[in-house]
Amino acid sequence: MRFFLESKKFLLVSVVVYILLKILFANNFISIYIQQITLFALIVTVASLGLNVIYGYTGQFSLGHAAFYGIGAYTSAYLTKIFGIEGVFSFLPVLLISGVVAGCIGYLIGIPILRLRDDFLAIATLGFGTLVRVILDNSDRFAEVLGGSRGFVGITKITNLELTFFSALFIVLITKNLIYSRYGLFLRSIRDDELASTSIGINTSRMKLMAFSYGCMLAGIGGGLYAHLYTFLHPSNFDILKSIDFLIIVIIGGMGSIRGTIYASIIWVGFIEGLRIVLPVELLDLRWVVIPILLIALMMWKPYGLMAKKIK
Amino acid sequence: MELLGYIIEQTINGLQLGAVYALIALGYTMVYGVLRLINFAHGDIFMLGAFIAYFLITKFGMPIYLVFIITMLSTGLAGYLIEKIAYKPLRNAPKISLLITAVGVSLFLEYFLSLNALFTPNYIAFPRPFEIESYDFALFTVTNIQLLIFLITFVSLFLVYLLVYRTKYGKAMRAVSYDREVASLMGIGIDGIISFTFIVGASLAGLGGILYGIAYPQINVFMGIMPGIKSFIAAVLGGIGIVHGAVLGGFIIGLLEVFVSAFISSTFRDGLIFIILLLVLILKPSGIFGKRIEKV
Repeated sequence: MRFFLESKKFLLVSVVVYILLKILFANNFISIYIQQITLFALIVTVASLGLNVIYGYTGQFSLGHAAFYGIGAYTSAYLTKIFGIEGVFSFLPVLLISGVVAGCIGYLIGIPILRLRDDFLAIATLGFGTLVRVILDNSDRFAEVLGGSRGFVGITKITNLELTFFSALFIVLITKNLIYSRYGLFLRSIRDDELASTSIGINTSRMKLMAFSYGCMLAGIGGGLYAHLYTFLHPSNFDILKSIDFLIIVIIGGMGSIRGTIYASIIWVGFIEGLRIVLPVELLDLRWVVIPILLIALMMWKPYGLMAKKIK
Repeated sequence: MELLGYIIEQTINGLQLGAVYALIALGYTMVYGVLRLINFAHGDIFMLGAFIAYFLITKFGMPIYLVFIITMLSTGLAGYLIEKIAYKPLRNAPKISLLITAVGVSLFLEYFLSLNALFTPNYIAFPRPFEIESYDFALFTVTNIQLLIFLITFVSLFLVYLLVYRTKYGKAMRAVSYDREVASLMGIGIDGIISFTFIVGASLAGLGGILYGIAYPQINVFMGIMPGIKSFIAAVLGGIGIVHGAVLGGFIIGLLEVFVSAFISSTFRDGLIFIILLLVLILKPSGIFGKRIEKV
């Protein structure tokens, strides 16, 4: 209970935001499309927060975050399909399970690969991401319903404002508490100097593994929400480009800044989807030309992100 | 006997693919040696090589030897420019920033070239620069394309070996790779050596691009992604930073890929390569030829 009291201001702001969103959503004051984007921004916040715990707080560079997002999405869609779940409350355990599945796979894959350092870890996670992509592409061989490369169709639409908003809120609070606990301190110390952290008695491999599994779990939960928002999944939604999306959000928001990640997710999704509305189709392709330039410029100008608290 | 002939033919196909991977892997391994950077854009330079060759052949109708020379020079220039513009300002930045920049450069090249005004994202048929001839042996056949690829790869690998182990530049490269600071104290121009490494690596990738275009005559702006990653895995498999390791790794990956496609299933081809990567990183992170175990 104490931690809820400690973040009074944050809770107050969230209540105001929720009421505002509720008013906007009621009577379709804003179009269904924009409602969907708003929910999507919240989902992206959850998944990006996971990557921020892995990369921003613990310093473990992962290029396979979208794989865990995809694992969560497919798990959740599969479970609701075979159990015929339609209600929000019966969906909650499924959401939790999809997060736990993604977290467990993150744990198992983390045991060997987290021993690697930055760029080798990057290539190993990239490899894992591609492996997951290959498996999803062939998933119809294990179960017809998963659809393989044709995509998973006919998922029930369950994700709504309340579910998304309160899951995101809850996860932000939990993550904030994790980060400001003793363990969060360990994680940040690993990021700053792994060798020194080992020498003061931190079990660095266990801490890294814990942070990695937790981050993957958040990606899985985000994926579960995503599956039931768009009701269609395709393996190509979970490839390297998507991982880079999350990475860009963490970098723009700033490594090790929860608030930054929240703002960056909302701004980023708004920006990407907004361009889809504003720009004509011919110019839309330019997005992925401008984004890498932005990324390179950001790396030269502020390598730790726009809202990073501390510059080393 | 049929099976034996089939196996031999698949081996030749595997060596053909492996030769291309070996050429790309050399660039990865050399750049990693001097800069400690996984140059994600390297696969896109390979793609650029295929496209430049395509334009030289179709638009200008150049003879094939001129195509090879001009393509290699232009991709070498591209490698030089990428290093100067994107990587050099980050020489003292954290390693991850450099890696993210490399990913950015790679994405930029792919999506910039895929614009409809430029190359478009579609597949393009690579022109045949000469007629195919196959030579029949008792059990198997070999095409002149395959022989050309083996010949060119062998000669260029030999030249790179001479360059790295028998010349002053090669010595400087190895010194920079061993310890950049001390090498600079010994009077080696670090920037010059890094640029030189990028030029050599990128022109080899360009060469790989032409050979790939001739052997598998369909090119696309995104064609560099998978060969790029696989060649990197080849470099890791052989021991990153080691020239002959990259070559051996390239051939191993090429053979495995062809055999998995031929005997198991082509859909699991890409998955298998990453299982190999994970196994190598877990069991022997320094690779086949690596002596020093990486401190992790």
